[in-house]
Amino acid sequence: MSARDAILAAVRRAAVPQVALPEVPDAWPAVRAGTASGADLARRFSEVLEQVGGTAVELNGMGALAAAVADLPAARVARESGRGIVSSVPRLAISTLVIGPDAPRARLDQVELAIIPGRMGVAENGAIWVSEEDLPHRALPFVAQHLAIVLPRGEIVADLHAAYRRLRPPLPGYGVFISGPSKTADIEQALVIGAQGPKSLTVFLV
Amino acid sequence: MNHSKAAAAFLADQPRVSWHDQAVWAVRAKRDLQAHSTPGWERLREAAAGIKAHTMGRLADYLEEFEGNATRNGAVVHWARDAAEHNRIVLGILRARGATRLVKSKSMLTEECGLNAFLEANGVTVTDTDLGERIVQLAGVPPSHIVMPAIHLRQDEVGDLFHRLLGTPKGLSDPTQLTAAARLHLRERFLACDAALTGVNFAVAETGGLVVVTNEGNADLGITLAPVHIASMGIEKLIPRLDHLGVFLRLLARSATGQPISAYTTHIHSPRAGGELHIVIVDNGRTAQLARPAFRRSLHCIRCGACLNTCPVFRRSGGYSYGYVLPGPIGQVLAPGADARAHRDLPFASSLCLSCGDVCPVQVDLPDQLYRWRQQLGDAGLLSLRKRAAMKVAGWVLARPWAYERTAKLARWALRVWPRRVLAALARPYTVDRELPEAPAEAFRDWYRKHRGRGPAL
Ligand code: SF4
Repeated sequence: MSARDAILAAVRRAAVPQVALPEVPDAWPAVRAGTASGADLARRFSEVLEQVGGTAVELNGMGALAAAVADLPAARVARESGRGIVSSVPRLAISTLVIGPDAPRARLDQVELAIIPGRMGVAENGAIWVSEEDLPHRALPFVAQHLAIVLPRGEIVADLHAAYRRLRPPLPGYGVFISGPSKTADIEQALVIGAQGPKSLTVFLV
Repeated sequence: MNHSKAAAAFLADQPRVSWHDQAVWAVRAKRDLQAHSTPGWERLREAAAGIKAHTMGRLADYLEEFEGNATRNGAVVHWARDAAEHNRIVLGILRARGATRLVKSKSMLTEECGLNAFLEANGVTVTDTDLGERIVQLAGVPPSHIVMPAIHLRQDEVGDLFHRLLGTPKGLSDPTQLTAAARLHLRERFLACDAALTGVNFAVAETGGLVVVTNEGNADLGITLAPVHIASMGIEKLIPRLDHLGVFLRLLARSATGQPISAYTTHIHSPRAGGELHIVIVDNGRTAQLARPAFRRSLHCIRCGACLNTCPVFRRSGGYSYGYVLPGPIGQVLAPGADARAHRDLPFASSLCLSCGDVCPVQVDLPDQLYRWRQQLGDAGLLSLRKRAAMKVAGWVLARPWAYERTAKLARWALRVWPRRVLAALARPYTVDRELPEAPAEAFRDWYRKHRGRGPAL
């Protein structure tokens, strides 16, 4: 018997009683009651984002974006050191490095700052859904030394239940909720920002 | 070595014990803050437990559904009956591509399978990329906690280790600087790796997708940079639908570290362009545990570590005292299932305070299972001679009121007149860390007779 068949047969032999699937609990009470407005959600999102080590920047429309990005410390470092800036945000053509699906790893390692679109924000945990459909290479949000995400203010939902109601299958080949910069507390529980991935996360709310 | 002996070794260093206790308790406190500020927390736990119970009842169907969907998405699904088969499959995938440099993110399953040692013996260089895991790997020891692998080490010990093996300056022990050094070291490994291996937090039957959760981004770096991704998962990682992730992910990080969610929650549905995705589904004793009605709920576990952090025994005895790949309450109920004789003392290393059951986000009935293991190990004749003899005598005495009365009288008399030293010696090992009580002036039985006359016969 193949390992597959042996395992499936053993699972069936275990004869675990069948019970009905419970309902998935509904979203935040505040939202169910219809009391959380879009502004409330954006405010909560920004608060939690700061708690998890990120920075929220409110912008008045996409017009202000280019200047705001140029102002980031990481953009300055990139300009001075000759390291790369990569944008995959439509109409933000400020890339100084070409990254495609076949980009060699050494080139990916040159990315100082990546600016990418976020599809949805989650107020309860400051997470942003990033889909590979918006990335020139899957590794971009992780190899960059610093990450900026552009998120439409109107795309913030209350909690993960609401988020998964929007993320209906099929999902992209690669999709990730990013909540804050890379972090660790593995040495004596001391929180250190910038473990293996980006050392900072800036979210531009537009 | 049994748990109490191993714990004694840890307890010999009292300052470290206090520090370990407080560091771990702080994580429990952070978990409480999150649990108390999340509306409907108990309903979430119930839903999570219900979804798991449902999944286990139809696990074979969900495994088949998952396999079909994952295959359609472009993954290759492998099945392994045990650790050895899992390790052979992984080596086979690597060999077929001439891969010799593997980066690995956290996976308790591969610890269970002893994968690192097996691969290293077969010429593969394995780099654990989670910082805590890398630290214990460099130190040559297993993780001492399932979420915080190096929680037992002090920063100066990590500093010494990095000085010896990574060339950081002598005496450097600042966590920020040590982390920066590890970042550079690991970045080199990521850029040069041939394959990446990750664990799996959840596998979604409905979509054939995998969810992997990290704070450091190390799993993502490996998966997105390496041409080959191998994901190792136990059969119990299945959940039926995508929207069930909302329930589990809201519980997981809050219970594990007191974060509202981990920094990276990655959903993998297909390999990267031109790359490969292999999923190894492992049994290794899980179907046996599933067939034990009294213990099958231990398979609901989502490895958050909350039961370790809250456990008064774990906090003061350290992860290594358990002698099993998973320490703490969850390890104590899984270990006897893996090898009852070797781990027969583990279910007794508990005060049955019930705290583990209260914090568990998926309502594993840990205290009940600890209690049930005690009965079953006793029935199977696996307890030590001393414990068996003591139980026999106690059982005989407690079943006979007259014998109990006489024994109690003798004990009160002995407590009053015998030298303490002699009594303590007789009552070892109970008295190693405990004082014997003062003898009460009067037995309850006597008091009752005096005040209630004859009353019902006692
Ligand atoms: S048994 Fe429960 S509390 Fe313990 S690690 Fe598993 S999920 Fe967490």
